[in-house]
Amino acid sequence: MRGVRNLGLALLGIVLLAVYPLLVSNRFFLHLSIMVLLYALLGMSWNLLGGYTGQISFGHAAFFGTGAYTSTILLLRFGISPWLGMFVGGALAVLLSLPLGWLTFRLRGPYFALSTLAFAEIVRVIVYNWDALTGGGDGLNILTNLGGILRFYYIILALTVAGLLVMRGCVRSRWGYFLNAIREDEDAAEALGVPATRMKVIVLAISAFFVALAGSFFASYQLYINPDLVYESQISIQMIVVTIVGGIGTLEGPAVGALVIVPLSEYFRGLSPVANPLVYGGFIVVFMLFLPEGIVSRVSSLLGRRISTVAEEQKHAGASV
Amino acid sequence: MKLVPYIQAMVNGLLVGSLYSVIAMGLTIIFGVMRVINMAHGELIMLGMYVAFWAFTLFGLGQMAALLISLPLFLVLGAVIYGGVVSRVERRAGEMGTLLVTAGLSYLLANAAQLVWKANFRSLPSALTARSLFVAGISLNYSLLWAFVAALMLSGFTYLFLIYSDSGRAIRATAQDREAAALMGVQIHRTNMLAFALGTALAGMAGVLLTPVFYVYPYVGRVFLVKAFVVVVLGGMGSVLGASLGGLLLGVVESVASLFISSGYRDAVGLVIFLLVLLFKPSGLFGRSRI
Repeated sequence: MRGVRNLGLALLGIVLLAVYPLLVSNRFFLHLSIMVLLYALLGMSWNLLGGYTGQISFGHAAFFGTGAYTSTILLLRFGISPWLGMFVGGALAVLLSLPLGWLTFRLRGPYFALSTLAFAEIVRVIVYNWDALTGGGDGLNILTNLGGILRFYYIILALTVAGLLVMRGCVRSRWGYFLNAIREDEDAAEALGVPATRMKVIVLAISAFFVALAGSFFASYQLYINPDLVYESQISIQMIVVTIVGGIGTLEGPAVGALVIVPLSEYFRGLSPVANPLVYGGFIVVFMLFLPEGIVSRVSSLLGRRISTVAEEQKHAGASV
Repeated sequence: MKLVPYIQAMVNGLLVGSLYSVIAMGLTIIFGVMRVINMAHGELIMLGMYVAFWAFTLFGLGQMAALLISLPLFLVLGAVIYGGVVSRVERRAGEMGTLLVTAGLSYLLANAAQLVWKANFRSLPSALTARSLFVAGISLNYSLLWAFVAALMLSGFTYLFLIYSDSGRAIRATAQDREAAALMGVQIHRTNMLAFALGTALAGMAGVLLTPVFYVYPYVGRVFLVKAFVVVVLGGMGSVLGASLGGLLLGVVESVASLFISSGYRDAVGLVIFLLVLLFKPSGLFGRSRI
């Protein structure tokens, strides 16, 4: 019963999201909606690895930037449409993620978190210095308009819904148990036959793929990229913030977090360029101190409703396996 | 083949590397004792650099005075960060929580610094920092030389403190086995706070010593955080001796490598070493020993 009701609600939500831009033609609201969806997608992707699997990445900007640069370079050099190029970018991000995952996931301890920062830094340095291909610090300009704002809205909506479905598929299947077991106690998980290293590498690849798609989308939407814009650690931090604020390790969390954070951050960006990052940093600290489980978990426990936290996912997975 | 440039590069690398050692020692003590990777370590260094810069610019105070000011300042700051933020988050959200909250703190501090002090690259006047001593054709920058001596003394004191003082023993015991140490009567919360304060003070004082050599700007912390990661992994996570040797090694390798590669890639040298160590000897070059 509950499954049918949830499916109905989800479909209703998607239909509303699809119809609403036809009713509200305010350009700024559309832009805001696009950014919310973009950050929801980024947060979800980070959350699959960080929230569900417990592997904290500070370097997802590397995948974002790779997606952005790949589709843009393919467009500028070879005239390949970014809607095709974004999947090449995604594939490249997956390729990048494999050695990183293989190198650090074999090791016990926080090697992955440490390496992600170094890894993102290496990629940024290379992009910055490889002028001939990337335009170096000057960045790349897309001079043609790639479509109206409505078109961008529907593309990011489709990407985010696809991302959500894939994450949901991961979390509510056998894999959900695996990831949770890895997060709680990796040694015990391995002892019980969970292929921990392989699972982590796979999840990192999925996460990197969707972040790269988001990066390509961002580049095509903004029409300008440079290393500071798409490879900066700020991007990695922002993904973490929307996830923490919404609820780490919940499916809905990143979307809720994006809905709260993105409008706020757009508002503060208007006040001062520095205020915006201050908001992000402040949100992490305040939420970790006072509401580490995030808005979604707190609200639903206040309402006395069951929600799909990790524990809850398992019951569902258990029911369907 | 002329040897002088190489010897010069090695000497410079050794001098700068001694500062990397101090930074990495701070990070590794905090990690060794409470399994917390302090992502805000770089910003503490940045604050130390600003302390030295303003102490000179506003009051004409030299490095020695700045060091003496920063010691109590950063001990207190470290205790406050631990007591007010890190320990609370650790209780509720564990290791993952501390990793995230210190990352947030890092971001917050860097941008607060940007708000207050603007994004300008600042440096001490070159009349003060550019004087050198020449020995056998090798130039030794005075302020770097003094930073080297101070860094050696700081590392030495820290080491002696950890080995011989009661508090140092408590820190080492907690690093080895938290439960056992607690059962032996070590007050864990207090010891953690002390270790965090010590790590913070080392970061701040390293910042003071770095000021004559590097530009000061709000985001400078990121550069040194990554270097500290490299050194800590190089020396074996949690090992103080490893951190000090690893720091010297990174300094020399970076400095010599910059003779061969373009300056744009200079910072990537350490990162490549980092990945190689993870690949071939993840326990660190000097084996695994807790402090």
